[in-house]
Amino acid sequence: MSKLQVSLYRYNPETDSAPYMQEFEVDTQGRDLMVLNLLEMIKEDDSSVAFRRSCREGVCGSDGMNMNGKNGLACITPLSEVVKNNKLVLRPLPGLPVIRDLVVDMALFYKQYEKIQPYLQNDTPAPAIERLQSPEERDKLDGLYECILCACCSTSCPSFWWNPEKFVGPAGLLQSYRFLADSRDTATQERLSELEDPFSVFRCRGIMNCVAVCPKGLNPTRAIGKIREMLLANAT
Amino acid sequence: MVTNITSFSRSGLSDWIIQRASAVVMALYTVFLVVYLLAHPQLDYATWSGLFEQTWMRIFSLLAFVSLAAHAWVGLWTVTTDYIKPTAIRVGTQSVIIIAIFVFLVWGIQVLWGA
Amino acid sequence: MSTMRSLTFDAIIIGGGGAGLRAALELAKSGKKTAVLSKVFPTRSHTVSAQGGITCAIASSDPNDDWRWHMYDTVKGGDYITDQDAAEYMCSEGPKAVFELEHMGLPFSRFDNGRIYQRPFGGQSKNFGEGGQAARTCAAADRTGHALLHTLYQNNLKNNTTFLNEWYAVDLVKNANGDVVGCIAMDIETGEVVHVKSKATVLATGGSGRIYASTTNALINTGDGIGMALRAGVPMQDMEMWQFHPTGIHGAGVLVTEGCRGEGGYLVNKDGERFMERYAPNAKDLAGRDVVARSMVMEILEGRGCGEDGDHVFLKLDHLGEEVLSKRLPGIVELAKTFAHVDPAKEPIPVVPTCHYMMGGIATNVHGQAIAQDADGNDQIINGLYACGEAACVSVHGANRLGGNSLLDLVVFGRAAGMYIESALNEGIEYLDARESDIETAMKRITRWNESEGGESVPELKRELQSIMQNSFGVFREEKNMVEGVEKLAELRGRIANAHLADKSHAFNTARVEALELDNLMEVAEATAIAALERKESRGAHSRYDYPDRDDANWLKHSMFFPGEKRVGQRDVNFAPKTVDKFEPKIRTY
Repeated sequence: MSKLQVSLYRYNPETDSAPYMQEFEVDTQGRDLMVLNLLEMIKEDDSSVAFRRSCREGVCGSDGMNMNGKNGLACITPLSEVVKNNKLVLRPLPGLPVIRDLVVDMALFYKQYEKIQPYLQNDTPAPAIERLQSPEERDKLDGLYECILCACCSTSCPSFWWNPEKFVGPAGLLQSYRFLADSRDTATQERLSELEDPFSVFRCRGIMNCVAVCPKGLNPTRAIGKIREMLLANAT
Repeated sequence: MVTNITSFSRSGLSDWIIQRASAVVMALYTVFLVVYLLAHPQLDYATWSGLFEQTWMRIFSLLAFVSLAAHAWVGLWTVTTDYIKPTAIRVGTQSVIIIAIFVFLVWGIQVLWGA
Repeated sequence: MSTMRSLTFDAIIIGGGGAGLRAALELAKSGKKTAVLSKVFPTRSHTVSAQGGITCAIASSDPNDDWRWHMYDTVKGGDYITDQDAAEYMCSEGPKAVFELEHMGLPFSRFDNGRIYQRPFGGQSKNFGEGGQAARTCAAADRTGHALLHTLYQNNLKNNTTFLNEWYAVDLVKNANGDVVGCIAMDIETGEVVHVKSKATVLATGGSGRIYASTTNALINTGDGIGMALRAGVPMQDMEMWQFHPTGIHGAGVLVTEGCRGEGGYLVNKDGERFMERYAPNAKDLAGRDVVARSMVMEILEGRGCGEDGDHVFLKLDHLGEEVLSKRLPGIVELAKTFAHVDPAKEPIPVVPTCHYMMGGIATNVHGQAIAQDADGNDQIINGLYACGEAACVSVHGANRLGGNSLLDLVVFGRAAGMYIESALNEGIEYLDARESDIETAMKRITRWNESEGGESVPELKRELQSIMQNSFGVFREEKNMVEGVEKLAELRGRIANAHLADKSHAFNTARVEALELDNLMEVAEATAIAALERKESRGAHSRYDYPDRDDANWLKHSMFFPGEKRVGQRDVNFAPKTVDKFEPKIRTY
């Protein structure tokens, strides 16, 4: 069994004038490890390798990265799914500034999330118990609230690459629709009026990279379509 | 809300609808012309200019021209804002595009109603 | 040290999980200058992994449900070293806290009448154990922790909470009087070390499951708050009490919610026998977690385990049907496919008891104030220091936590700490400033690593620590093995004190963070080990071959581990709830 060839994106702002790819050979002993396990093995030999990780089960969204050209979560991506010809190329998520190695600066991504006011707004007095919501109304939130903010979608989106300051991006828009679709939210008009400009929503060109990479199997393109429908219904 | 003064309608929603509506007009116009050409395999100049003598055809053509102009502006504006980051070059390019579209539109009208 | 930058807040909350965010929300609303300092972006905290739900008597599934029944279950579940005033507070305030979460937008699953969906969980009963199984755990499918954490983060955004994200708290700063007046923290992105001054320091740093080799806990659960507190001389309560969750996926350690059994799943051995019927004839698979975990280990030890090595049992779910699985347990289906390579709709999931939760921690009152003991064994409030969530030991979980009670603990006591700190700040708090020498004391540890020139590497030492804990302080414990474990840990402590940080760069140096975490793992492991050796009985999650029975005469007490002299003392359990009669200790059966 030959060793796995891993090509890893390296950049340390204190010592490197430019990023470079470093080659590692890892003996996986034939096991179908997760990519995160592989990175941990590499880090044991070279402690300077930097990457984020937390839950190691695909629910916290820390370890989004680009594996052989496709964004995903390292902790739930088995080698068998990404390795081609015994070779694996690991890069940081594209389109965001790199802090070090696989760690990107997510400030822009979070800024777009904050822009859509990602919290329930309801101007009626709260009842003594919970606000009632039928199972059918609640079902509308499925496929939306599960987003883990890993940024795999937005950083695979060309529209977000070109206009990260202005286009909300698939992750933010998915959350925007999560609140537009919530029967308990009363700020629909305000939310829509914030979205009708030429950039926030309409920069989506339906490329659907977001759908292809979402590690939770969510569909931001569909949510964006629904927002467009709501904007249209609202304005005509 | 992202404000922008150079987009066609300053509203993403209007731009989006205009682009789709104009696309439909252009598609209909294209289909019409293709069918017309197929139906007239021995097309000569008299028949062709006769078609464009009709008022309805002139209106249809004008509609297609205006649609093309709007469609082009929305599309090219998007392309310039995607790819051209330095403001001066972007505004310059946008100016060239809008003048060209204006010229082609006026010229088109002149071809239709002139002579 | 004079070049070090300092930041000043009214309150600093260390930890951005459920407890920290709930406390922060309360303080942000009050307009106090507050910051949350978290080593990860808040939604990456371990609360996000909670699955099954938040247990609370909101009287949705059963309109006659009563918080007193929940309190009874909690006290019994904790094997009677639950502080009854705290359990009373949590269970009675719980509904308010849960309804607040719903009003904030938490997407709970629903019953047909529009109310919050509740499912049965282990150890739940109606009418003080007399009325059969209750369904009291409020759920958002099987992603309740995710929904809760995101909702709290979102509402903190709404209320403009200040966040110091990807900052690592290194050590507490105490003034000349021993009051806690802030901490030393490192901005991970730049490596800058900063002195954070604060009138109230809240440790909401969560658990420390990473002291064990096999755990459901996130990689970040390294007991940073516990380590900081121990180094500052704060005693730890009930550290021997570690919950082993019955259903961690065999091999991977990933959690499979108790909600699976709540929805009707059950455990089988290699003969296909539903063995929990033998161990807990009434509650069966929904007995307390300690009971189920021990039963599973018994099955495995007696040769009825599944698989080639007979080292696990199976969790059977296929009989529930695809619809229930996709509606109520979608996350579990995903995890089982990814980590066990089985589709639960067709095959059972291989599971094994796995370290899950630290019942012990920093002793606090219901306001989150940290408690030490004076020379006569009386409680003594530690000025300036607060704790909530898993890092704290209020103690509502006693010797064994009930499923769904941790999320309730987070929001109820996070909220309570926030409210108390707000009123304390309003009344005015003045502590002496830290002196230069106080700051230097707190800087000692990070300075040691930064100046280290040789020695063993962090990953090796960590692995060794985890294997000692796994082998000597697991589900079943006994004297000889634990004595060995304690000795090995003492030796390991010396080696860790001389370990080497090879990479001394500043920008996002995760090796430095892992080195600092190793110190904390060491502190937690040692406190656990010494307390476990000292408690000579079996109670709740602490189960000893050599002392198989509960010993109420000597051990109806909290243990208190004092880090200075590495001594274990005792603290009285609270048996004085304010509005209900106390629950007397009874034999605990399910």
